[in-house]
Amino acid sequence: MLIYIAKRLVLVVPVVFAVALVCFLLVHIAPGDPLVSVLPPDASQALADQMRKAYGFDRPLPVQFGIWLWKALNGDLGTSIATGRAVAEEVGRAVGNTVMLAMVASLIGFAFGLMFGFLAGYFRDTWIDKLVTTLSITGVSMPHYWLGMVLVIIFSVQLGWLPAVGAGPGGWAWDWAHFQYMVLPAVTMSVIPMGIVARTVRALVGDLLSQEFVTALRAKGLTEVRVFVHVAKNAAPTAIAVMGLQFGYLLGGSILIETVFSWPGTGFLLNSAIFQRDLPLLQGTILVLALFFVFLNLVVDVIQAAIDPRIKRA
Amino acid sequence: MSEPDVLAPAADVGGPQQPLLEVRAMSKHFPVRGGFLGRAGVVRAVDDVSFSVDKGEVLGIVGESGCGKSTTARLVIGLIQPDAGSIILDGEKLGAALSLRDLRRRVQMVFQDSYASLNPRLTIEASIAFGPIIHGISSSEARERAHDLLRKVGLDPATFADRYPHELSGGQRQRVNIARALALSPRLVLLDEAVSALDKSVEAQVLNLLIDLKQDLGLTYVFISHDLNVVRFISDRVLVMYLGEVVETGPVEALWQDARHPYTRALLAAMPSLDPDNRTKEAPIAGDPPNPINPPSGCRFHTRCAFAESVCSERSPALFATGNDRHTAACHMVDPASGHSKAGQSFARELQNA
Amino acid sequence: MSVVADDIVRIATVDKARGYWATVFRRLSRDKVAVVCASIILLIALAAILAPYLGLASPYTGSMIRRLRWIGTPGYPLGTDELGRDMVARLIYGGRLSLFLGLAPVVLAFLIGTTLGVMAGYLGGFVNQAIMRVVDVFYAFPSVLLAIAISGALGAGIVNSIVSLTIVFIPPVVRVSESVTTSVRSLDFVDAARASGAGPLTIMRVHVLGNVLGPIFVYSTSLISVCMILASGLSFLGLGTKPPEPEWGLMLNTLRTAIYVNPWVAALPGAMIFIVSICFNLLSDGMRSAMDVRA
Repeated sequence: MLIYIAKRLVLVVPVVFAVALVCFLLVHIAPGDPLVSVLPPDASQALADQMRKAYGFDRPLPVQFGIWLWKALNGDLGTSIATGRAVAEEVGRAVGNTVMLAMVASLIGFAFGLMFGFLAGYFRDTWIDKLVTTLSITGVSMPHYWLGMVLVIIFSVQLGWLPAVGAGPGGWAWDWAHFQYMVLPAVTMSVIPMGIVARTVRALVGDLLSQEFVTALRAKGLTEVRVFVHVAKNAAPTAIAVMGLQFGYLLGGSILIETVFSWPGTGFLLNSAIFQRDLPLLQGTILVLALFFVFLNLVVDVIQAAIDPRIKRA
Repeated sequence: MSEPDVLAPAADVGGPQQPLLEVRAMSKHFPVRGGFLGRAGVVRAVDDVSFSVDKGEVLGIVGESGCGKSTTARLVIGLIQPDAGSIILDGEKLGAALSLRDLRRRVQMVFQDSYASLNPRLTIEASIAFGPIIHGISSSEARERAHDLLRKVGLDPATFADRYPHELSGGQRQRVNIARALALSPRLVLLDEAVSALDKSVEAQVLNLLIDLKQDLGLTYVFISHDLNVVRFISDRVLVMYLGEVVETGPVEALWQDARHPYTRALLAAMPSLDPDNRTKEAPIAGDPPNPINPPSGCRFHTRCAFAESVCSERSPALFATGNDRHTAACHMVDPASGHSKAGQSFARELQNA
Repeated sequence: MSVVADDIVRIATVDKARGYWATVFRRLSRDKVAVVCASIILLIALAAILAPYLGLASPYTGSMIRRLRWIGTPGYPLGTDELGRDMVARLIYGGRLSLFLGLAPVVLAFLIGTTLGVMAGYLGGFVNQAIMRVVDVFYAFPSVLLAIAISGALGAGIVNSIVSLTIVFIPPVVRVSESVTTSVRSLDFVDAARASGAGPLTIMRVHVLGNVLGPIFVYSTSLISVCMILASGLSFLGLGTKPPEPEWGLMLNTLRTAIYVNPWVAALPGAMIFIVSICFNLLSDGMRSAMDVRA
């Protein structure tokens, strides 16, 4: 097992390097001078040159990459052009908010997804199955930013029960005053994972139940509950992989929901970074999010290998 | 470089005395990715194998799963490249006088899985015609040829030509595979477990078809199987393989009456007896075949052999003539000068007493 | 992915020696859900294409006096947007860009991805490693993030959106193609074709492609709805279509602030995205069932 983990860790290194490279190059394929956002339009050439030097834009690209990478490894992701604060600090704060939101959304999405999926798998081709299938297709086809808007219309504008934007006054606390701000965004975010998990689990469970080993278990006289445990154990590796992936997507793709609800997370940060052409912030945020995703995949792989005896042998 | 009549079989070069196929010292090792540091072992799938096949004869190749029979076939037909050794077809060496493309015209193969051997998207006719079309025949001529071949294997073209593989039974599909193999008029046909997946009655029909075709078209066969009864029925000579090496070879009856290698005797003894008065009581060989990545030293069979002695683990025996017509075995007991205590003695007598 | 690869074996069966696609089409036409969805999509697509000839109001001219009228206002059946433009016109014209942005990247990704994937799957070895490792790097990014990052870097605009989304969708298509091709490659009939003396390109064309395109195509259709949502999402963030072009995602963006004044009109563009997306999804599922013929 440890060898497997060690092997995966070693394999991750080139991926991390490649991801860093892509992050770095991404912002440099942009047309336009990165300094445009910082300098006033009538800035003198001398000032422009000075700023360019200060930000290191005058060095050749590979050198810039090397410097950036080295600094990043030491925890320094540069300084935001727009706010002047350290990027690492900004991202750090935002990540916490996004992770919180993603976790709550995942909890809701996975819980319902698993439940619906199992129900549909067990009661294949009945009305339960059809209902769940319809729900999951709806969930998956839903433009979640639109759903967010609709929920805001219903619960904020029409009914006035929940706030529409923001994360609540002051710092975060787990009380209703703050939690009420999380309800709508979390529910909105949970819909797509719920649909995907439900669909996957339904297919898995349906498939497993039709396999002969289940018939053999029942013939042995096992109670339905114990059969269920067997089915769940077999479905677990794939289900966990899917859930892990979905959580990763929530983290990385939160920008749309956060924009709708003005939730102060990494997505929101990304948004402002793009529009203010704040390159260091953009690079730093994308890097952190991508790396999160890479390591999440690693963790999911390891968990899968721990549960599914077939994978380690491969 | 297209010959005037692509569909005629290649001309005979060496005359009836020259073997159609000669394989010399052929080896194929597959690398195995090892543990954490990628330390490689090799699977010695085929190790220093030599044999020959005369024109017009049927050579049967038998052995347990994993002994290298299929790999040998794939090497002969050029689907895999050998690491060492040479393949000589009617006196012409592959790579020298014989190109791969020419080889493929003269040697064809029928595979075991009749369904997977046919492209599910092509009609029967199209599958058979594919080979000739590749070699420059016009599609109408190729279709004609396909219909001809279907007739030859006992399938009516009017009914079968436009069908798809899944609409045929296993036996019919295998006939199609045979027709496809014959499309380029090969001289040598390799049959890799070609009847193993068929029902017994269908198997008998296909075997008889193969015998008829061999006579009509002057073919030579290499027939690979794990079913000893079938091999006995169709073969003129038999080759026994174990763990990538040839352990015995000789005329079929000579092997059945007087096998000289302990492995061959064990294989023959392992066939369940059909005589209720003479039931087979226990398995004649103990244990599982050893790991092909790390074969035993010396004679590879010595770990399971009832007659193994110290010389068997020290030196690997070469194929030694037993005195009978072209019957050779790779066992120290056959070679009088080997140092084995039973060297040179007749085996049959020994086993009576055992 | 192995689920898709399994499709190969099941997909192989054909009815009565007829053309393969003809049979799939026949089965599909018996599936009521698929027919309804296909009709809806066709209707919307036709309306979008024929928009100039439908006698609609102009989607560009508005008047501040008439802004944000309610649904059912005489003369404006679906109301007006924040600049007073007729919503019916905006929605139908908007369909052009939205549908185009949903389909074009998937078509491009299908073409490029299939080529790369089949090559990687059939040729194996170094080619396979090179292609798949590059694909892995892109897989290290969640797709939304990648799309936004590339679009953010390239800037707003229709062409940039298409480029960005194509890049996002090529890796999944390559993965599926490679997986399916590898399964087919190991089947005996490919060996038999090699034994007949055919070269790799011929074998790929005659034997591999026919057996592989089905599952890849079905998989690609399932990407269309995601692409539409993503493309509209990009416009929603201001990274895609630029105003005043009508496009559903962009309309959602500009109408956002209007939800306090006229919530239902503000929600309309999203409803269109949802409807089309669900129809494509159901259609794609229907196609998969139609091709999954088990006698």
